[in-house]
Amino acid sequence: MRAIGRPTAASGDARLRRRYAAERRFRLAGLFAVGLSAAFLAFLLITMAWKGLSGFTQFEAALPVDLARSDVILDPADLAGPEARNIVAGAPLNAAISQAAVAAYGEEAAQLFGGGAVRSLSRQLIADPSLLSRRAMLWLPVGSAVDVAAKQDTDLAAERLVERLESRDALRRTLNIDFLRESDATDPSAVGVWGALKGSFLTIMVTIMLAFPVGVLSAVYLEEFAPRNRWTDAIEVSINNLAAVPSIIFGLLGLAVFLNFMHLPRSAPLVGGLTLALMTMPVIVIAGRNAIQSVPPSIRDAALGVGASKMQVVFHHVLPLALPGILTGTIIGLARALGETAPLLMIGMRAFIVSPPNGITDPATVLPVQIFLWSDEVNRGFVEKTSAAIIVLLIFMLLMNGLAIYLRNRFERRW
Amino acid sequence: MKEKMPLTSNTPVPAPSAAIAAEAHRQDPSVAREEGLPPEPKGDVPTAEPAGSSEPTASPEPAPGPPPKMRAHEVSVSYGDKQALKNVSIDIHDDRVTAFIGPSGCGKSTFLRCLNRMNDTIPIARVTGRIELDGEDVNSTAMDVVQLRARVGMVFQKPNPFPKSIFENVAYGPRIHGLGSSKAELEEIVENSLKRAGLWDEVKDRLSESGTALSGGQQQRLCIARAIAVDPEVILMDEPCSALDPIATAKIEELIHELRGRYAIAIVTHNMQQAARVSQRTAFFHLGELIEAGHTSEIFTNPKMQRTQDYITGRYG
Repeated sequence: MRAIGRPTAASGDARLRRRYAAERRFRLAGLFAVGLSAAFLAFLLITMAWKGLSGFTQFEAALPVDLARSDVILDPADLAGPEARNIVAGAPLNAAISQAAVAAYGEEAAQLFGGGAVRSLSRQLIADPSLLSRRAMLWLPVGSAVDVAAKQDTDLAAERLVERLESRDALRRTLNIDFLRESDATDPSAVGVWGALKGSFLTIMVTIMLAFPVGVLSAVYLEEFAPRNRWTDAIEVSINNLAAVPSIIFGLLGLAVFLNFMHLPRSAPLVGGLTLALMTMPVIVIAGRNAIQSVPPSIRDAALGVGASKMQVVFHHVLPLALPGILTGTIIGLARALGETAPLLMIGMRAFIVSPPNGITDPATVLPVQIFLWSDEVNRGFVEKTSAAIIVLLIFMLLMNGLAIYLRNRFERRW
Repeated sequence: MKEKMPLTSNTPVPAPSAAIAAEAHRQDPSVAREEGLPPEPKGDVPTAEPAGSSEPTASPEPAPGPPPKMRAHEVSVSYGDKQALKNVSIDIHDDRVTAFIGPSGCGKSTFLRCLNRMNDTIPIARVTGRIELDGEDVNSTAMDVVQLRARVGMVFQKPNPFPKSIFENVAYGPRIHGLGSSKAELEEIVENSLKRAGLWDEVKDRLSESGTALSGGQQQRLCIARAIAVDPEVILMDEPCSALDPIATAKIEELIHELRGRYAIAIVTHNMQQAARVSQRTAFFHLGELIEAGHTSEIFTNPKMQRTQDYITGRYG
């Protein structure tokens, strides 16, 4: 035995060295892989931040406004009432701003201001109706062309205007809060993500409400109650296949079933949520079944042994222990649903919608679709808005995942 | 200790001291098996092939005494194509500990799990034969399996407390069965159960801590407390000490002694010394068959069957 087995000291040393070398190589390869993925992530985040952060700022120009001598005829008393917003919206503020800009900065300043300035002026009017009767210097957000020109080099006319404004100290950079509280618009300086954010939230709520209970109950039934036979095998295979179906197919399904057959409202978070729920459910079922399977059988035995019924075993013991795993699967499914664009395009959520939805049946869009739409725009002002919207989407997802991880850790128990 | 056990079971059988073991073994197993059987004992005798012929004649006296708590008659179990248990017939008595011994895979755990229908949870398991609890067929539709398991509790091989507090572990059973309507009553049940399981003094100050934080032996006693909290009539123990160290094992064995007066206990064990220490009756299983059953003293000192002899002397198994 010993004669065959024991290697000599020298050959043993060599082998030991080879073994350690192999281990070192493996560790380096692993380190390289981790480093590469970290680098990709960092690259993504840095480019997004680089391009997108300027989208959260907005240039404002000072404008001497004298509404008393313009075509704007408003009764200060009306501005105090509840209808103030509509009344102001009806006034020709745009023309008044344009006039004032030309008067202050010359002919080429006619397009200095855009939709954002009108909105800002309306707000300032409602806040301070005395502006109607006096001359005042107001800071108003500039239009997209000048905004872009102020941030980077673009066309010469806009550049010259920027220089002129800067020489008169009439240009300043401010935080663009409107980006978070306004919705889509044609003028990139006036756009915001609030409508899309609200649409995403409503859509994902519909998805959770449907996919989570249905998915978990399916998983529990299939794992704990269903007999093992050809039918349950077929269902299992179908569910696994469903999880791999491309999302656009679910969009077509949603279009055919929810819109054409059931006549639910087009572009609504309800339909979007239903479609995404179809897509998310199989993921939750698969994750739920795995989590339920991983609950040790000894716990089931223990509960059965003291005379718990099947349902008591499941709801008192198995489900609480499987919950962390189920939640993990749900998070993955919902994160995918939250970032989904294709199926929502099919059910009409790509419409241009200016007002944020107030319910799940109002027309709405969602963040990823909004990003897709903006990235398609010709206007250069949309470039930074697209990146800014991506940052908002990433933060939204991060918050959701954070919440889910918090929930998972709270429910996590060892056995 | 075990020598005086038959006395407690109010059978007229004399105590089998070592001296009279040879004589006792001839009558005792069959007597014990026949107590309370109204007519002729049918195939009650362990159906090991050669035993069947000689045994029934060796029981001339009609044995009075209480009927057995549980009685298995011609029980067979198969998992798919594989037969795990062949025609096992045996009785389990009140106030006594019945030990099932035998090599691994001999079917003793399978048999134990038949007694409270834990095999129901294995889809491919098929149980035939009749198992009675106080004369009721446990496999009949009239017997509710949940009630059955409340009456026939079980302690498992690996300590398996719920990942909940110690209090919740014990209170769970009574709560789902509606014992102890008020919190105070429930607390009393928990306290009594823990006391009876000999765990109260160790855990009374930390009832809200997780049951899984206890040591292995404490966990197993917690599981016993959990089983007795629902006030069962029979307690089945499936190798309760196999995962424990000798000191914890000794405590569990002591506990089994104390519980004997209140419950019928059936214990599966690999450890023959343990069977000899804790049980009054022993059944030897081999390859799915019940080879021999009888008074513990007798099985260990004077087994009738060659295979039993071989096993207890360590020739195989």
